[in-house]
Amino acid sequence: MSEPLLSVRDLKVSFPTHTGRVNVVDGLGFDLGRERLGIVGESGSGKSMTGRAILRLIRPPGRVTAERLRFDGTDLLTLPESKMRPIRGARISMVMQDPRYSLNPVMTIGRQIAEALRMHENLGRAATRARVRDMLEAVQINDPDRVSQMYAHEVSGGMGQRIMIAMMLVPRPQILIADEPTSALDVSVQAQVLDLIDDLVRDHGMGLILISHDLNLVARYCDRIMVMNAGRVVERCDAADLAQATHPYTRGLLAAVPRMHETRETLPVLDRSQWEGT
Amino acid sequence: MTAISLQNLDVSYDGNRVVKGATFDVAEGESFALVGESGSGKSTVLKAIAGLAPEWAGTIEVLGKPRSHRPDRALARQCQMVFQDPYGSLHPRKTVDSVLSEALKIHGLGNRDERVEQVLTDVGLDRRFRFRYPHQLSGGQRQRVAIARALMLEPKVMLLDEPTSALDVSVQAEILNLLKRLRAEHNLTYLMVSHDLPVVGFMCDRMAVMTKGEIVEIAPGTALHDGAFTHPYARALYAASGG
Repeated sequence: MSEPLLSVRDLKVSFPTHTGRVNVVDGLGFDLGRERLGIVGESGSGKSMTGRAILRLIRPPGRVTAERLRFDGTDLLTLPESKMRPIRGARISMVMQDPRYSLNPVMTIGRQIAEALRMHENLGRAATRARVRDMLEAVQINDPDRVSQMYAHEVSGGMGQRIMIAMMLVPRPQILIADEPTSALDVSVQAQVLDLIDDLVRDHGMGLILISHDLNLVARYCDRIMVMNAGRVVERCDAADLAQATHPYTRGLLAAVPRMHETRETLPVLDRSQWEGT
Repeated sequence: MTAISLQNLDVSYDGNRVVKGATFDVAEGESFALVGESGSGKSTVLKAIAGLAPEWAGTIEVLGKPRSHRPDRALARQCQMVFQDPYGSLHPRKTVDSVLSEALKIHGLGNRDERVEQVLTDVGLDRRFRFRYPHQLSGGQRQRVAIARALMLEPKVMLLDEPTSALDVSVQAEILNLLKRLRAEHNLTYLMVSHDLPVVGFMCDRMAVMTKGEIVEIAPGTALHDGAFTHPYARALYAASGG
């Protein structure tokens, strides 16, 4: 088998607290090829920190160590910051949770997307504009020329998130990390945005890491799933086998979600003592 | 008896009408949901009832008494609201104890110590949390405090604005169970806003589907089992939620 696109072994992220350093990600390992990997967990499980650690976005006093953190033959851990910049955003990019906070409020949409492109490629003005236009069309924005002239506050949440995706995909990265890309959006828009990410990932043969707290959503859009709790992976399985998950934490999470055909009087609650110390 | 009765309620912000002709009745002891997307006006309906959106026209009746446009102390005793974000709705520099006692002071009620202890037990919080600040609590614990604050005046009607959408699924399950138990124990009436249809299915007897400020359909909770919605928007929302 050829070398995977991204290979992570024994990844640890720690932060100092008054009781000593705490590992918020504790010995995580996985390989990612041109496939869709889902990372699921509750707040504080370390799933977002994993995404940030891969992009080296964790600043002191946070500390990242790993036995291996290799992307396409390059060791990301020892890479100087100046060499990291052509990778971050251009070859691995990340869609954040809330478009309202992630878009620049004082720059037009078109300029922001063009900026992402200009940072990484040397294109002429006309070529840049054409790429921006194509990208906005690819994320199903009907009137790309008009939207290019708009500001972040003039677009809806769903449109803002599509613009974020356009911005992240315009340099044609090999890996897209989507950190809760739809939790700030309405259900009807959620499906549109995820279908869009899904199509683009398949069309471009990219690797996707989808980080979410929503087990069922991840199961629908990923090939493989890792369930995290307290910085560790408690379960790995194929998305199709999620219903047969065995770890009590995963089972507890699955059972705690109300169903559309709900007949239970009370919802089962996680008994946190069950897996502590495991 | 009807707990909440709205007739042709219009609500505006700065002359901009965001709720148009909302009409529905909620029976006493019922749990009723308003569902729809963001911007559909569902939270605004709650705010108008609670008196937080004073620019309204039409009729709002709570437990048979029409609501005026002014702050209404008698209404506050009977009708309380729980907000979406437990991180934003608690005063950061007030302890749990002072948040809970404040309503008692305003309404001149005695026996504060006992009442605070009682309500903390009701919402399943240990008494050691009583003198903590919100930043010392987890999201689920804060939402329990927010619910305790609403229960402090022993209201009959609770307005719940997305009470669990800021919480993790396992914590959401705890809070939903708590709300369900409290409703049974205190015979409360719930008017709940949510965009999460499965949560509505768990909590509510009936629901009104809202879009663009208008109620397009009022359906029973069982519609979530068989998809028996008639309005095209309600059907689309049901389909998008995985129904």
